[in-house]
Amino acid sequence: MSVSLFSGARGPEGDPSYAGARVVRDPVDPDLAALRSGDEAAFEALIGRYHGPMLRLAMTYVRDRGVAEDAVQETWLTCLRTIDRFQGRSSLKTWIFGILLNVARSRRRKESRILTFTSLFRREAGDDRGPTVGAGRFGGDSMWATRPDSWDNVPESRLLGRETIDQVKVAIEALPARQREVVILRDVAGFDADEVCTLLSISPANQRVRLHRGRASVRKVLEEYLK
Amino acid sequence: MTCREIVELMTDYLDGALSAGDRAKFEQHMGGCDGCRAYLAQLRATRMLMGRLADEPIPAPLRAELMNAFRSWRSS
Repeated sequence: MSVSLFSGARGPEGDPSYAGARVVRDPVDPDLAALRSGDEAAFEALIGRYHGPMLRLAMTYVRDRGVAEDAVQETWLTCLRTIDRFQGRSSLKTWIFGILLNVARSRRRKESRILTFTSLFRREAGDDRGPTVGAGRFGGDSMWATRPDSWDNVPESRLLGRETIDQVKVAIEALPARQREVVILRDVAGFDADEVCTLLSISPANQRVRLHRGRASVRKVLEEYLK
Repeated sequence: MTCREIVELMTDYLDGALSAGDRAKFEQHMGGCDGCRAYLAQLRATRMLMGRLADEPIPAPLRAELMNAFRSWRSS
């Protein structure tokens, strides 16, 4: 096997079909190396960076914010306890969020024991079918009758203001759980599509349907709010 | 393609999941449709705003507890 100094010899960057890219997974994830060496500042940065996405994801499974925070805490303790066994087959981030999913799901099972029978078997409305934009928005030719407004004219202080972010929070919390978990992993936690499929054991097509419906619902809430 | 069809393909488009043929039709439509361009811009803005939820600070007591756990893990 010859060694080339040209990085191009390692195959096109970002091409997932290039097998070498999978085999030679970055051997030194800086966060992982720092954690294993006991770097306190690195751990503090990591728990700070992932807190928002982890809390939002936990709240997909448990209703109570306190219980969700407990799940985040338990996740980190589990990570510390088992990090020596982490083999780097996924990224450190995927591994951490995978643990959180397990912890949060088991918390939900405990929570649901004290919920009523009907709430336990409640079917969730608003699934994965039907158009995401109301038929009333289109004319008989299926082209826009009422065009969406451009948000370019919304002042940045309003678009990025606390109230708008609160609207986003509420809109995400109102999504069916199946959509909510995908939206949070993709758009809040910043995972890519492949990683989300792995974490949730779902197909790429299903992942996209749930993401699309979730985003469309949040967009609709924002459209009303920013009018 | 109609606007009604296009809006349902936007996430597939953003994820690069459209076939070459559909992608070409999609982009052709977008080139001539202000409404669909505005809708796609709104979806992108929605995604960006959802990303802002990641900024939530960790509560000080939780951080303190985790840092203690880390120190005792390190010394064990």
